[in-house]
Amino acid sequence: MPESVLKLHDLAHARAGDKGDRLNISLFPYDPADWDLLAEQITEARIMAHFAMRRPASVTRYDLPSLGGFNIVLERALGGGVNSSLHLDAHGKCLSFHLLSMPITKPEPADARC
Amino acid sequence: MTTERVYIGCGAGFAGDRPDAGRTVAQELAGKPGPRFMIYETLAERTLALAQLRRMKGEPGYLPRLDTFLRPVLEICLRHGIRIIGNFGAADPQGACRRIADLCGELGLPLPRLVHVCGDDVMAGPARPALDQGRRQNDGPVNYDLVAANAYIGASSIVEALEMGADIVVTGRVADPSLTLGPLVHSWGWGWQDWDLLAAGTLCGHILECAAQVSGGYFADPGRKEVPDLARIGFPLAEVAADGSFVVTKPVGTGGCVTPRTVREQILYEIDDPAGYITPDVVLDLTAVQVAQAGPDRVRVSGARGRPRPGMLRAMACYRGGWLGEAEISYAGPNALPRGRLAAQVLGDRLRDLDIAENRIDLIGVNAVAGDAVADAGAIPEVRLRLAVASDRPDLAQTALDEVESLYLCGPAGGGGVRRSLVERLNSEPILIPRDLVTTSAIAYAEVADA
Repeated sequence: MPESVLKLHDLAHARAGDKGDRLNISLFPYDPADWDLLAEQITEARIMAHFAMRRPASVTRYDLPSLGGFNIVLERALGGGVNSSLHLDAHGKCLSFHLLSMPITKPEPADARC
Repeated sequence: MTTERVYIGCGAGFAGDRPDAGRTVAQELAGKPGPRFMIYETLAERTLALAQLRRMKGEPGYLPRLDTFLRPVLEICLRHGIRIIGNFGAADPQGACRRIADLCGELGLPLPRLVHVCGDDVMAGPARPALDQGRRQNDGPVNYDLVAANAYIGASSIVEALEMGADIVVTGRVADPSLTLGPLVHSWGWGWQDWDLLAAGTLCGHILECAAQVSGGYFADPGRKEVPDLARIGFPLAEVAADGSFVVTKPVGTGGCVTPRTVREQILYEIDDPAGYITPDVVLDLTAVQVAQAGPDRVRVSGARGRPRPGMLRAMACYRGGWLGEAEISYAGPNALPRGRLAAQVLGDRLRDLDIAENRIDLIGVNAVAGDAVADAGAIPEVRLRLAVASDRPDLAQTALDEVESLYLCGPAGGGGVRRSLVERLNSEPILIPRDLVTTSAIAYAEVADA
């Protein structure tokens, strides 16, 4: 089946929050039909690799089908947290869009094929 | 007339929030029937410790912008019976009451019934040994200079204050959602073991406590998520039913938007395990929560579930954390990135020579936030080198910052726009302490004033 490689940003929106040295990023597909696609491809292992520059101790993805999204928690990803980090973005608030830069492969719908 | 809805609006979501947005919320509430409340959430982790530092210098220990937030809403709230609950008391809730009383005098308003909540301060008293023990278990630094330690207390003393007839309830540290749960428990008579109701009220508070973050703020992404008129964004309000279900909305005619997407994002904001969001009042389970559009800028939220609150309270200990220095310099035009990188290399060499170990050098526009993924270096029109340095010694940090300034003459070609700042840091650390060591109470300002 033909596929297209997209950015997660094309399919989903996200918001980052911090508590101490823990970063959480919520992730929601615009189209509920894409929930399975995200669940399949935005895995904890791939997130861990994508955030390697922040050296998180762990990545946990909580699935929330009722709410229509995911909660992704990266432990010790904020350089000690907002009060001791030397990072420019000590809260990690910009990092929701770093998540959205992940590539995602989507099968093309039948009507889009020539 | 029986009450059908309790209305709760948010006037501020942090100490630096827009001061004028609360007035529109108060005006909207003024037109509603039944119990109405305004909440102000203004205490981030360090805000209270900063207030404590000011208090130690003989300055007010309450939120410096107290007047700024209350001046636009006091008259309308008092006239219409809209009761205010705010944690703007910071390190001195009683002092905040005194200031509000004076402010009302200045505005020609009658003295409102002011009640402050105390007991969150655990620097002294029976909770202090537990605090020190918890700190040792956390394996934190042994030598620390504690500035403030406050427990995140729950909604019970806010309820007490409202039952004393408070027009304005002033708190220090409370759990943010408790500012909303308090008036809901008071208005609906919910029991302290009605876990699902406490969970619903806590979820409502969690959604409101960051103000515009649920009504279109922290959300816009041009071309993907459009938000109308961010310059005049309306702060949120909730209409809460007796069964805990509620609708989130915003004042008519304001900017921003309340949609299932804005509400979903805020529901998971700063959440760890969605099945167990721990507050002093209840453990909130978000896994069955649903949101649905209920009209333009109206979103219905339901499905919160609760479990018994834990026996431990979270306290935030804040201590002096040395000095943070930051300095920046820009490079622009052809070959900007290689010149920026050369500057970073030179600066790194100098700091090694000076033995300034704890530092970080980034190129803003290239790798300061999310790694180093530059496809076409030549396409970068400008970069800004940033040095961040931590030290217990301000003179040492200043020496590092001076090294950025010296790049003007000793660094690569075309460096400009140096800015330097050196600030004292406060570190914070959460510590769990047994709930029964923390006693809170509600105290009427009149009693204090008469005494």
